[in-house]
Amino acid sequence: MKKIQFLALFIMLGALAAFTVNPPAGGYKVGDTATDFSLKNVDGKMVSLKDIKNAKGYIVVFTCNHCPYAQAYEDRIVALNNKYKALGYPVVAINPNNPEKQKEDSFAKMQERAKDKKFSFPYLLDEGQKIFPQYGATKTPHVYVLQKTAKGNVVKYIGAIDDNYEDAKAVKQKYVENAVDALIKGKDVTVKETKAIGCSIKA
Amino acid sequence: MIIKRTYILAIVLAATLNVSCKKEASAPQPITTETVKTQEVVKDTLPKLPKPLKIYSNDTVSVKAYDYAGLECYLKQKNDTTYVINFWATWCVPCVAELPNFEKINANYKKNKVKVILVSLDMAKMIDTRLLPFIKEKQIKSEVLLLRDPDADSWISKVDSTWSGAIPATLIYNADMRKFYEKSFTYDELEKEVSNFK
Repeated sequence: MKKIQFLALFIMLGALAAFTVNPPAGGYKVGDTATDFSLKNVDGKMVSLKDIKNAKGYIVVFTCNHCPYAQAYEDRIVALNNKYKALGYPVVAINPNNPEKQKEDSFAKMQERAKDKKFSFPYLLDEGQKIFPQYGATKTPHVYVLQKTAKGNVVKYIGAIDDNYEDAKAVKQKYVENAVDALIKGKDVTVKETKAIGCSIKA
Repeated sequence: MIIKRTYILAIVLAATLNVSCKKEASAPQPITTETVKTQEVVKDTLPKLPKPLKIYSNDTVSVKAYDYAGLECYLKQKNDTTYVINFWATWCVPCVAELPNFEKINANYKKNKVKVILVSLDMAKMIDTRLLPFIKEKQIKSEVLLLRDPDADSWISKVDSTWSGAIPATLIYNADMRKFYEKSFTYDELEKEVSNFK
């Protein structure tokens, strides 16, 4: 009898190990604490999340110049910052691509793009492509909504900006807005994760 | 007599299959010695695939456009063919770079019942200006379909639960096996994967 109990325990432990051994593949999950960074902005200054004043959280958007999906969302990203910066959730955009592999995403071209589109938020270059793998971004655009807490910047939402990349007017679900609105009201984010088509990141 | 019976069975089966791809998957398979023969006859009358949302065409090429519900039929066909479904777009540099490898597989493995389908994710405004001219200019021989379904979150996980949504991405499947790849392929890598499906 003891033997059977021991065996059962052993099997249970084995099963438990099978579920816990695998490290989380590909970056943050909702609930994880996200790293801060110090990346160069299009104005030449270094930007970190902790330096942004009056922030209750951040809308971190991995985006770039060349990708048509990213381009389709540029105006909507500007609108997000215009709406939520004052409410404590500013946009921080990061270009994760290696400019040597994607010439349109060079720092000089980022500066041009930010000026043309009147970006009202930092547009940072992930030099050396070190930050995006920690977040687990795979494509542009790819959004992480973070909430500033005592234990750090906690990931509250990962995914798409909304449910229609083609036509902003046809959008039914504004995922990022819904998430940030919930955080501002002190509520739980309902849709915590979504997927979107995007350009794979060129590291 | 047997030939005649097979022929009638084929017609009956074809008629049942004609309705939609969902029917095709659940169509009763006759358990007789003629099964194999029957299916071969039926196969010639395929594809029994859904009606496209729209067909985009210029003077030389035309592309069927589907929403995900329509496209799904192309991702779940059960016959003796191995399907290589590549998700791409004309503006996606790594996708365009690997396209010749898929074209080559489609040509070289046709006799081995391998079929490449290129599912374009080009946006509506790019179809006439970029997609159709691209197919013509590059003389693409593989079948090209257009997936027009902007609510991507509703279907990405249905293609494969591991897909983040980045392209290029490829699904290889036949009646027995299914494998998904969120990566670029060289010809040798693709050939190696395809040959595992035999």
